[in-house]
Amino acid sequence: MHQRRPAGLRGRQKVSGDPTLERIAQGEGLALCAAGNWTARFAPALERIVSEAEKLRGSRPHIFIDVSQVASLDTFGAWLIERLRRSLSDASAEAEIAGLSANYSSLVDEVRRVGPAPRVASDRLSIAGMLEQIGRTVAGIGGTIIGLVDMLGAVLAAAGKVLIHPRSFRLTSTVHHLEQVCWRAVPIVVLITFLIGCIISQQGIFHFRRFGADIFVVDMLGVLVLREIGVLLVAIMVAGRSGSAYTAELGSMKMREEIDALRTMGFDPIEVLILPRMLALVLALPILAFLGAMAALYGGGLVAWLYGGVDPEAFLLRLRDAISIDHFIVGMVKAPVMAAVIGIVACVEGLAVQGSAESLGQHTTASVVKGIFFVIVMDGVFAIFFASIGM
Amino acid sequence: MAEQDDAIIRVRDVTVQFGSTRVLDGLDLDVKRGEILGFVGPSGAGKSVLTRTIIGLVPKLSGRIEVFGVDLDAASSSQRRAVERRWGILFQQGALFSSLTVRQNIQFPAREYLRVSQRLLDEIMVAKLVMVGLKPEVADRYPSELSGGMIKRVALARALALDPELVFLDEPTSGLDPIGAGEFDELVRTLQRTLGLTVFMVTHDLDSLYTACDRIAVLGNGKIIAAGSIADMKASQHPWLQQYFNGKRARAVVA
Repeated sequence: MHQRRPAGLRGRQKVSGDPTLERIAQGEGLALCAAGNWTARFAPALERIVSEAEKLRGSRPHIFIDVSQVASLDTFGAWLIERLRRSLSDASAEAEIAGLSANYSSLVDEVRRVGPAPRVASDRLSIAGMLEQIGRTVAGIGGTIIGLVDMLGAVLAAAGKVLIHPRSFRLTSTVHHLEQVCWRAVPIVVLITFLIGCIISQQGIFHFRRFGADIFVVDMLGVLVLREIGVLLVAIMVAGRSGSAYTAELGSMKMREEIDALRTMGFDPIEVLILPRMLALVLALPILAFLGAMAALYGGGLVAWLYGGVDPEAFLLRLRDAISIDHFIVGMVKAPVMAAVIGIVACVEGLAVQGSAESLGQHTTASVVKGIFFVIVMDGVFAIFFASIGM
Repeated sequence: MAEQDDAIIRVRDVTVQFGSTRVLDGLDLDVKRGEILGFVGPSGAGKSVLTRTIIGLVPKLSGRIEVFGVDLDAASSSQRRAVERRWGILFQQGALFSSLTVRQNIQFPAREYLRVSQRLLDEIMVAKLVMVGLKPEVADRYPSELSGGMIKRVALARALALDPELVFLDEPTSGLDPIGAGEFDELVRTLQRTLGLTVFMVTHDLDSLYTACDRIAVLGNGKIIAAGSIADMKASQHPWLQQYFNGKRARAVVA
């Protein structure tokens, strides 16, 4: 009964099977004779035919639609016939459908139950709307900060609980995450910091040479790498690499109700999922920052030797004079704090994921962006602090 | 077009292997035009694998699959697309696009394939929702805001979006309560009658087999071990079929 033509016969010319709607005058009335295939494949043509015919409304006292010649009919065709019938009907006369075969009458009955489509709620641009948007954004920022503080408190409380009952500490999980965020990150972190060390050194030599002050590149490299670049660069890399992974892991667990399952079994998700991750990150970042600083110094020294002609012995001698242990301590103190900030942001975003894949993507992006932002803010705060205590 | 003896799907000697495990081993199956075929078998026998092989999501080692008389391996990409427009698939978990609303999910295939107005798309969307027994008000909800049964219904509405001739249903009633499952079977029957569908239904639900299916095919050891009506199944001497159709749960269904 469903005779459909093979694909590829969609020319503009009238082939047998194209849907038609002929108008035949019958005395006072008018018959609209539908023929051909009234199916989804011909939907664009059908829609044109039907909206053309809808203009006949009220032109004759009696109009009916004859569908006895229709070769095949599906939901699209049936609905368009029903729509035509509705728009041709008015208070005085109901348009009718005639010649309906038994096969198709149930389909037409089905579409007769269709009501109007619900409107899409459209956002209109208005001053009130824009003000509302600004207000919501500000409230959102407040909410973000409260969320971070909330998570920090929850993690500290969980850590306190673990200190009281050390047996509930999840060592295996912590070691697993340590492997993920520390051990596996070593090659990329070392490579990137090495290259950055090379670049700083090359640029320093290139510009200092004009003043005959090549050797001062060692001072610049040492202070910059140990105090700022080493830890900041590594923190940004970790936020991109591990913060995003935490958010995605926790977010997809949230989506699949795994976190709810944990909670119903009497486990605290903070203690089971978040504490090991936080601890791993707080341990990992100082280690990575140290390795990164060493790689950057090595790269810088290598370039100073090969490009600047500063031989290694002179480099080390100069380095010993230029930097003190204070520079190193300043860098290392910052690392765990930055790790905590990255971890907290990543976990808050992970737990905020809603049901959709899109939401997971948004929160993963937000995790990285906010993580990097807060790392830089923290770096600024530390700079003020260390300046004021004279380190 | 070679659509003799009305077989809409023709599977011949199909073998599928994952690593060294042979899941389907020289399997033959015909699905006739206009029937509802129930496809059963023990868990892990490869029911979903066969469905996915027919649709083309799983590569096969050897054999030949024809859908609407078109050999899908030999078909050009435009022939394949033409076939894909004529079938609809209901995945086990619904597979609704989670970032689109119900309205956008149902309109997605039509919006891609047909150049029609937004008004017609909206009207057809409501028609499909009414057909699968949902209220038009759910149109602007997201899949995460729907219940399990509603997800199945919306997924069915999306599978029917282009008025296909052939529908694959992968465990459509799993996870539904018995009343909901019964309604779903009834719905499939009604749609099959009104739209003239051919339905390929993978199921574990004995009720569905009794109330919705015209014919049943049973998969075991990588082959079709039996195909026929419920009566044929019950008369079969195969031990698994004996257990399945004459076991405790089966008697409860008949009683």
